[in-house]
Amino acid sequence: MSEAGAIPGQSAQTSPSGAGQPAIVLDRVNKWYGAIHVLRDISTSIAQGERVVVCGPSGSGKSTMIRCINRLERHEEGRIIVDGIELTDDLRALDQIRREVGMVFQQFNLFPHLTILENCTLAPVWVRKMPKKEAEELAMSYLRRVRIPEQAHKYPAQLSGGQQQRVAIARALCMRPKIMLFDEPTSALDPEMIKEVLDTMIELAETGMTMVCVTHEMGFARQVADCVIFMDRGEIVERGTPAQIFEDPRTERLKLFLSQILRGH
Amino acid sequence: MKSAQIDPVPSVAGTTAVGAVARERPPAAVLGPWPWIRRNLFASWWSTAITLALGYVLARWAVAFFDWAFVNAVWSVPYNAEGVPDTASCRTAKGIGACWAVIGDRFRFILFGRYTYDQQWRPAVCVVLFLALYGISALRQFWRRELLLIWLVVLAIIGILMWGGVFGLPYVPQDSWGGLPITLILATFGLAVAFPLSILVALGRRSRNLPAVRALCIGYVELIRGVPLISVLFMASVMFPLFMPEGVNIDKLLRAQIAIILFAAAYLAEVVRGGLQAVPTGQYEAADALGLRYWQKTRLIILPQALRLVIPPLVNTFIGFFKDTSLVLIIGIFDFLSAGKLVLSEPAWQGFSSEVYLILAFVYFCFCYAMARYSRGLEREFGAAKRR
Ligand SMILES: Nc1ncnc2c1ncn2[C@@H]1O[C@H](COP(=O)(O)OP(=O)(O)OP(=O)(O)O)[C@@H](O)[C@H]1O
Ligand SMILES: [Mg+2]
Repeated sequence: MSEAGAIPGQSAQTSPSGAGQPAIVLDRVNKWYGAIHVLRDISTSIAQGERVVVCGPSGSGKSTMIRCINRLERHEEGRIIVDGIELTDDLRALDQIRREVGMVFQQFNLFPHLTILENCTLAPVWVRKMPKKEAEELAMSYLRRVRIPEQAHKYPAQLSGGQQQRVAIARALCMRPKIMLFDEPTSALDPEMIKEVLDTMIELAETGMTMVCVTHEMGFARQVADCVIFMDRGEIVERGTPAQIFEDPRTERLKLFLSQILRGH
Repeated sequence: MKSAQIDPVPSVAGTTAVGAVARERPPAAVLGPWPWIRRNLFASWWSTAITLALGYVLARWAVAFFDWAFVNAVWSVPYNAEGVPDTASCRTAKGIGACWAVIGDRFRFILFGRYTYDQQWRPAVCVVLFLALYGISALRQFWRRELLLIWLVVLAIIGILMWGGVFGLPYVPQDSWGGLPITLILATFGLAVAFPLSILVALGRRSRNLPAVRALCIGYVELIRGVPLISVLFMASVMFPLFMPEGVNIDKLLRAQIAIILFAAAYLAEVVRGGLQAVPTGQYEAADALGLRYWQKTRLIILPQALRLVIPPLVNTFIGFFKDTSLVLIIGIFDFLSAGKLVLSEPAWQGFSSEVYLILAFVYFCFCYAMARYSRGLEREFGAAKRR
């Protein structure tokens, strides 16, 4: 699946857009919550078209890291460069980055007072200034891709969890982002719904989208990830291909983590 | 994909006997009046006893009230040569029958105060305009930008009608306005301005990156909440002119109106803030992640959800302030309630307060109940989206 990105940093050469510029660069990023040091000198680079899975024990800072990428959290030290634009307090740069970065949350976070279709057309209409008609056609095409066009006029609460998460994916895609962030998209779902969401994500990966995905779904990681990042206590402990990470862990911390999730499954 | 294909009806039918037909809907809970009464009023011996006792008291009271209000009531009184009503018949009936003659004789005063008598069609038209405005504003298909324009136009028309002085309408000074139009003006424009203001204050109070605005909003809310409305009205009417330069005189009604707006906005702001806090952070984050700007996020995502959550306390505050407008009496503005009180101080009608207050209460009740009913309708309509 993944000829690109076998070794981090080299994958940029094979990225589809060929710009050679990494999609996301984190350079010695640090963050604290009060006295807790949640991100410690995080440095990594994610190439365009690369599919990255982030895993690690609870509280290790996975969510914090990917939420820093679209500045839902502010990092306090270091540099984050997304699509060539550095994240600073400059609101214009932030607007530009958020247009290019879609995000899917663990709790779906659909807007409950809007229909599925309105959820999907909202950002294209208000942020991209797309005519309503065009936005609706776009939204329907993405809803068809996640296979729920028939639910377009329902409200989120009328859908199952798996359907809601697929709508959330479609909603993010309607902004035509270059990068998609997923924060444990299947953790709030019943087992039988996990597959439908993962299938959608696998299809998305096949289109060449840059994806950063926090998940404990090891099957998914093996199938689509170009690279897996293992985090523990705010640090990136190991980074490598799924095969390297899962079959040949080098650190004790990763070995311990893997033994725990294998026992859990 | 499985869940998308599950049809709710067969899955229910699957639990019943083989061959059972899937029904369109569950059996309706048909409950006639008799089973209802049996279940709710006569379920046990003590429930029966309480029902009978309360029923007896209620019936006695209802009969007495009916006798007083209708059977023994005096509907009109004769007038003497000077046009002064002769209330002797009312006074003899006092305690036994109501004296509705006071309403018949003085209803125009109660409704319009001391507004020039032969011009009272003008405040009457204003009241009708207000009712029409409420009606239009209540319909959701009119919730568009044009509604603001309609409000401004109606405000202008009401101003012209009440003051006059143009289009051949004789000028009527604000001092002689009174009655129901005053109450409606104060309540309507008070709440219509206070509500948007309260949203801004609530947003300001929650803004993390504008500490000065935040401090200002907190200070405003706490200050206003800490003093009685009467004292704010008093300051507006007595102290405010002292601070104004010589010759500048803002209309007394306008000052009272501003005081009511500031007061209502502080209370409403706290209600709105409660709603803002109840919107999950995930909603803010999802809006941010989609790239919505602050005002887009607030207007399209946060406020619609926050305000829906607080419809009951919002309407509660609205109703409270509708009635609180009657406090303007203490600074010499004669609203609906004080016009009624004035009638009771007239020699001819002294002592017939039950009748007058009953009518006043009934009118207030109509307005407040309409608000309550409307809010329940809104809740139902908005709640429909949330239910599965
Ligand atoms: N808003 C916050 N305020 C204070 N501390 C926080 C906050 N959010 C997260 N933390 C702390 O930061 C650390 C990292 O949290 P984070 O949510 O990034 O972990 P995670 O790896 O995503 O864990 P999980 O797998 O449970 O989602 C944790 O110790 C957490 O307690
Ligand atoms: Mg997390």
